[in-house]
Amino acid sequence: MKHKIITFFRILHNGTVNFLRNISIAVAAIAVMVVTLTIVLLSIVVNATFGNTINQITSKIDISVYLKNNVSTSQTKTLINQLQHLNNVQSVQYLNKEQVLRQYETQNASNHQLALAISESSNPLPATIHIKPLDLNKISNIKSFLDTPSVATLQSNPPSYSGSLQTAINNIAHATDVLRKLGIISIIVFAFISALIIFNTMQMAIFNRRDEIQIMRLLGASTNYIRGPFIVESSIYGALSAILSVIIINSIFVTASSTLQATTLGLLDINYATSYFDSHFWLFMVLQVIIGVAIGSISAGIATRRYLKFKVQN
Amino acid sequence: MILLDRVTKTYSKALGPALNRISIHVEPKEFVIVVGQSGAGKTTLLRLLTREERPTSGKIIVGGIDYDKLRDKEIPMLRRKIGVVFQDFKLLPNRNVFENVAFALELVGASSREIKNTVPRVLEIVNLKGKEKNMPLELSGGERQRVAIARAIVRQPKILIADEPTGNLDPKHAWDVIKVLEKINRYGTTVLLTTHNVEIVNKLKRRVITLKAGRVISDRANANYHL
Repeated sequence: MKHKIITFFRILHNGTVNFLRNISIAVAAIAVMVVTLTIVLLSIVVNATFGNTINQITSKIDISVYLKNNVSTSQTKTLINQLQHLNNVQSVQYLNKEQVLRQYETQNASNHQLALAISESSNPLPATIHIKPLDLNKISNIKSFLDTPSVATLQSNPPSYSGSLQTAINNIAHATDVLRKLGIISIIVFAFISALIIFNTMQMAIFNRRDEIQIMRLLGASTNYIRGPFIVESSIYGALSAILSVIIINSIFVTASSTLQATTLGLLDINYATSYFDSHFWLFMVLQVIIGVAIGSISAGIATRRYLKFKVQN
Repeated sequence: MILLDRVTKTYSKALGPALNRISIHVEPKEFVIVVGQSGAGKTTLLRLLTREERPTSGKIIVGGIDYDKLRDKEIPMLRRKIGVVFQDFKLLPNRNVFENVAFALELVGASSREIKNTVPRVLEIVNLKGKEKNMPLELSGGERQRVAIARAIVRQPKILIADEPTGNLDPKHAWDVIKVLEKINRYGTTVLLTTHNVEIVNKLKRRVITLKAGRVISDRANANYHL
């Protein structure tokens, strides 16, 4: 056990020394990894920001069902119950005529004339059921239920589906979906490219040190003892690249929020993105380091495997 | 300590065997010199002993380890038990004298304290005290070879194999190296030395095994060099 611990720390030490000695080779690998990890992190933050924007919009939207004045309490209760049991329904809220009137008055408190136009004695506003769907893109079942003749006869007006806003939401959802997919594809492509470059960097390092490796072999060094420092070395590339990428993203957000007059950039809410990044800073740091170290160590592991196969000539 | 029983090594059928059914038995603490001209099979013999190569046929047992039963992943362990000195030194170029010798101890998991205690003592044995911080390129050929010997003996192996360790050295340095090997042998290490240096063989008066065209043509105690 003691032997293994000593060997482990020696491998760490040798890997660090090798990294410092081969710093010029490391620069190319680190540069590519920084690009990869920056894209990964930006994609995560941008996705979260888009998600938040859509949530903000959709949370204000619901389906309103306007009931005729002659609908009885039991009919209303039955309808509410049926709606609550439909798929994709998050919540159902019922407002009777008086509550709708209060709401109207509150909303128009500043406009005295409008408030006066509708009084309690001549309240024309219908009792309303507000349905909040789980997913605005999948409300067809709610729509068809409301269109069934037995339900339609209870309604004073056709239900409101947030009108043209729905189309806008669909467009946003579609755009973010495309961006998310593009993000994932670019992450995979860049991860692959950086793995390839680290792979080549390691092969170059091994090629330069092939005599040294042969000597180590002859002296009885195990494969892991030779390979370990290479893996440590490229893990350092990964960890350094991760830290650099987080610093870069941080700088981008700090610069953007201090120089841009607007708080949004197109669909991207910079304020939210900055605060989201700030609140998850250490999580991102750890995540990036894990991804960086994984890319580095796996590619070094594969590269060395090819060169360190034990060959005893027959 | 070392047993080769009818060992044959053939690289290609066209060239014929590099070693042809040779049988050698070396006792513990013996100092054995293997002589022969270039191409006689000396280096092949040593490469078989360090398991850089497998014999085409025959049996090899070193320090109780039967090579037939040796798996590839056990080879590093075998090499840690045998000290090897190479003609071209094979020092790690990016490590200084101390680190080169320490490397052999690192492989067996020695602690830093053990390394700090042991390496200077071994460097003293090979007369390299004061050269600890020098890089291999800053040393003469003789000094480099003595670093290689220090590295080979620092783990106190039972067997030391030296492949023409004086081949690249002038006579004075060659004798320095041979004296170190004799000293190690006196401490109880079995030494197997290959050389084609007539003067050294004749002065040492040890057991001499002569190889010619892959065959043992003589095996005599207290012998001189003759082909």
